[in-house]
Amino acid sequence: MAESTMKPPKKALSPVKWMREHLFSTWYNALLTLAVGYLLVTSVGPLLNWLLFEANFQGQDASDCTGAGACWLFISQRLNFFIYGFYPDELQWRVDAMFLLLAIAFVPQFIERFPGRKWLGIFGMTGLPIIGYFLIPGGTFGLEVVESTKWGGLMLTLILAYIGILASLPIGILLALGRRSEMPIIRGLSVVFIEVWRAVPLITVLFMASVMLPLFLPEGVNFEKLARALIGITLWQSAYMAEVIRGGLQAIPRGQYEAADALGLGYWRKMGLVILPQALKMVIPGIVNTFISLFKDTTLVLIIGLFDVLGTVQSTVTDPAWQNVAIEGYVFVAFCFWVFCFGISRYSQNLERKLDTGHKT
Amino acid sequence: MKKQTIDSRPAGPKPWYDPRVRSLFFQVVAIALVFWAGWTLVENTLANMESRGISTGFGFLDETAGFGIIMSLIPYDATMTYGRTFWVGLTNTLLVSAMGIVAATILGFIIGVARLSSNWLVAKVSLVYIEVIRNIPLLLQIFFWYFAVLGALPSPRQSIDVGGTMFLNNRGLYVPEPLTQDGFGLVWWALAIAIAAVVGIRIWAKKRQLATGQIFPTFKVGVALLVLLPAIAYFAAGSPLEWEVPALKGFNFGGGITIIPELAALWVALSLYTGSFIAEIVRSGILSVSKGQTEAAKALGLPNGLTLRLVVIPQAMRVIIPPLTSQYLNLAKNSSLATAIGYPDLVAVFMGTTLNQTGQAVEVVAITMAVYLTISLSISLFMNIYNRAVAIKER
Repeated sequence: MAESTMKPPKKALSPVKWMREHLFSTWYNALLTLAVGYLLVTSVGPLLNWLLFEANFQGQDASDCTGAGACWLFISQRLNFFIYGFYPDELQWRVDAMFLLLAIAFVPQFIERFPGRKWLGIFGMTGLPIIGYFLIPGGTFGLEVVESTKWGGLMLTLILAYIGILASLPIGILLALGRRSEMPIIRGLSVVFIEVWRAVPLITVLFMASVMLPLFLPEGVNFEKLARALIGITLWQSAYMAEVIRGGLQAIPRGQYEAADALGLGYWRKMGLVILPQALKMVIPGIVNTFISLFKDTTLVLIIGLFDVLGTVQSTVTDPAWQNVAIEGYVFVAFCFWVFCFGISRYSQNLERKLDTGHKT
Repeated sequence: MKKQTIDSRPAGPKPWYDPRVRSLFFQVVAIALVFWAGWTLVENTLANMESRGISTGFGFLDETAGFGIIMSLIPYDATMTYGRTFWVGLTNTLLVSAMGIVAATILGFIIGVARLSSNWLVAKVSLVYIEVIRNIPLLLQIFFWYFAVLGALPSPRQSIDVGGTMFLNNRGLYVPEPLTQDGFGLVWWALAIAIAAVVGIRIWAKKRQLATGQIFPTFKVGVALLVLLPAIAYFAAGSPLEWEVPALKGFNFGGGITIIPELAALWVALSLYTGSFIAEIVRSGILSVSKGQTEAAKALGLPNGLTLRLVVIPQAMRVIIPPLTSQYLNLAKNSSLATAIGYPDLVAVFMGTTLNQTGQAVEVVAITMAVYLTISLSISLFMNIYNRAVAIKER
């Protein structure tokens, strides 16, 4: 880095000076500080009391929730249902194994210089779904069959998001290439497909998948509800994916296309060997961001009657054995999603900073 | 006619290596595939519908619906047609989308500016708000407001009384309804005249400023006109406005305007959620204006307010508008989550109840998707026009 861009040394401020500069610089800043500070003091204290200090952690059922705070017993007692849905207890090791493999494949992606993290990532995108395909539903290799109607909770949320993103990636690439194609009809078809899916809400897509898909298929052919939802999510998501990837394709300098042409590469080899590797690397943060929004949107499947993690909680908060546990349930789900989404978005921001080589602006 | 084309090129490649022939071939194949797929779908659908005894066509829109809807902006009762339910749902969707867009924009701009505040506490509180809200699914937030917050309000008999005129309970918020009496037309006229006067003054002030350099306080005079003229007309006509205050009748309130909890929950959740995204857009927009611009404005002697209004905001808006458009589109689409808590929007009323009662899945889904397509396209068209107006004019 050039010397002229070095930052000046940091000023060391005493706490009083710091407060004068950052909290009480003008009279309206002082007023604002006092008002916001008052609101914080009056709200954070009771909130912490409710969440932690007066909350109930020990016991068996609702009668043990005697403190004034939250009843976390409700969560710990129902945790199994919130994670696995109706998946049989004695077979839950299969889900656990998948959780473990997912963690092994994807957690190293957050750690720079983890040995072989690239190969782990590739395994997570190719081998892992195949293992999951045999492991979770069972029916082969002597594994007991577990119907998809019994899947639920956090496990179902992860399945929906994971398969949705994996399946939409190749379709999205094809659509993005189609939209950038020189053939007018291919381009037109891609544009119409992408814009129509992007214009309609996911709920209508899910409704369509659950109500209309059976009408579209020849008689005798039918999918389970989960498969129908997955088809809808994948089609919808691939339109968004296509737009993200198109951004990457457009950012590749023309010289790269021309160089590939000059080498005499055909279309698919030009794209596969020269353009896409660069474009995809460039849009990894964008892909991660679409993943985050898809992950949040998977909660919508509860409207067509699938039990994702929000669905399982929503169906238990009305349980008469537990009274007024709605807020506890929602806070639990919010926490699950927040940890995932915040962590992943931090990761994507880091990545963006690392991939930004200073060519933009 | 005689063929007289002379191919001046050297003998070309074999036809199957010719890029033009190839591209023609692939496009023909693509069209054939799409037609085949479409044909199969239509055939399957017709066969399936026949075997299930569902008739096709839009005739069902004229049949009597026979179900009530809890909230409607246009007159509606159960004796009206399915076509009418469509309009009820559509107006409800548009209402909550418009309310959400206004509130989310205001909230987003406030939080986005607060995020850049020199006040450390304010900046950090806004940061926490943004990071918490936008990483939690919208549906969960809607549930939270509807079931956990509004569901916990007292019953109508114990409703929270705000000054004896507004009442809040678990059936909704009841506010007084203004009823215009004879002579209120005068106030509307006064308002129209005031608006015309403000536009006129603005044009005149600009002309004068360009000619002489003198600045006329258009804003202050404009506000004064807009408030004073209608007010004078109002009192001159003898206060022709009455307020119908809601009152407890039997088990519930009657009279006044009711804001049902479904609408309130959806509105609050949509505004808070989209507002957090807009705040980040506003922040990055303001940051994108280089420091040299504000310094140049200061060097010219512009006061802080004018610097913001004439230099920073116009340039920031160029960066803000395109992503803001997609947030508005998202909000309009997300309003369909209404169906999860029973707010009678288009999806809940038309794609839900009407579809279930008539079984006309294809027609209903097609109409609903066409509506969302139209809403999306018109919002992006409108915002594109606005964007073109504020974009850099390159000469």
